[in-house]
Amino acid sequence: MSTDLQSIWVYLSTSPLLGLTSTLLAYQAAMWLFEKGGRTPLLNPILVSVSFIVAFLLATGTEYRTYFDGAQFVHFLLGPATVALAVPLYNQMHILRRAWPAVLAVVLVGAVMAGGGAVAIAWSLGGSEKILLSLAPKSVTIPIAMGVAERIGGIPSLTAVMVMLTGIFGAVAGGWILDRAGVRDPASRGLAMGIASHGIGTVRALQMGEVAGAFSGLAIGLTGLATAVLVPLAVSLLR
Amino acid sequence: MIVLPYITVLLLCQLAGEVTVRLCGLPLPGPVVGMVILFVALVIRGRVPPGLNDAVKAILGNFALLFIPASVGVMVHVKAIAAEAWPIAAAILGSTALTLVVAGRLMQALTRRDKGGKT
Repeated sequence: MSTDLQSIWVYLSTSPLLGLTSTLLAYQAAMWLFEKGGRTPLLNPILVSVSFIVAFLLATGTEYRTYFDGAQFVHFLLGPATVALAVPLYNQMHILRRAWPAVLAVVLVGAVMAGGGAVAIAWSLGGSEKILLSLAPKSVTIPIAMGVAERIGGIPSLTAVMVMLTGIFGAVAGGWILDRAGVRDPASRGLAMGIASHGIGTVRALQMGEVAGAFSGLAIGLTGLATAVLVPLAVSLLR
Repeated sequence: MIVLPYITVLLLCQLAGEVTVRLCGLPLPGPVVGMVILFVALVIRGRVPPGLNDAVKAILGNFALLFIPASVGVMVHVKAIAAEAWPIAAAILGSTALTLVVAGRLMQALTRRDKGGKT
């Protein structure tokens, strides 16, 4: 009996099926919990799914590489998903037409602060080059951030973690911080949320209201684009 | 479902992006250039085909799922993060708060001026 189970496990642990299935199962369990918990930002579905999977992999002694052999099929879709961001961006053209000079100026300043500020703070506290390069693109949506990290010699999976932490912090504390700073205008609040904490911040901005949500969604693509151009440029100038 | 042709459109845009990046030696991720290509195509076309909207909804509707495989990679980096936990935490909290305040206030100031002091 136990040798049967053993041989089944040997098969499963080498097949891509396990990594793929566990990813989908963990995601759906996390989404269920998120809904049950009243969509609180503290039960962030990505954070919860990752905890489930890491616990499962550690418990079964499975290596990340083996897991990723299966999960890569999901990971691959990040590419087309990035391309797909062009559609929500296009849907916000009417807003862009009206306020584009201000939006562009703020996105540029914000993107530099988000990336440059993080690198400067980590550097002044003695962060290593590996960490600095992985931090630089941390305020933009994960597919772009990982692409940039790969491009400049950071560690994409480490960047993914930084992006996630940034998004969750922005979503949880962003509204409070903007209140303290006296930012009341919904468009300004949304734009700031999108620049500082990408898609996860946009989910929160949508809860603040339609205008905030639209400006936040707009900021995801623009900040991603600005960062994708500026960060590799800055790195090649500094080297 | 007539989603398949539009999934193909997304993949073709990504492919065009990857090829452009390599041909021109651009310091950009291929899918980002693919996004720009699709955006320009939509501006030229003047509207989003309904099938494309469906395909995009299908993909972006479960956007969070796509981040999971890469994020599980944290288990490989636990040591690196723990070793520099303080600089990492300070950088993320500090820069995010700073960006929110500066971007929010700047946008508020710029658009207020646009409205000609109506506020």
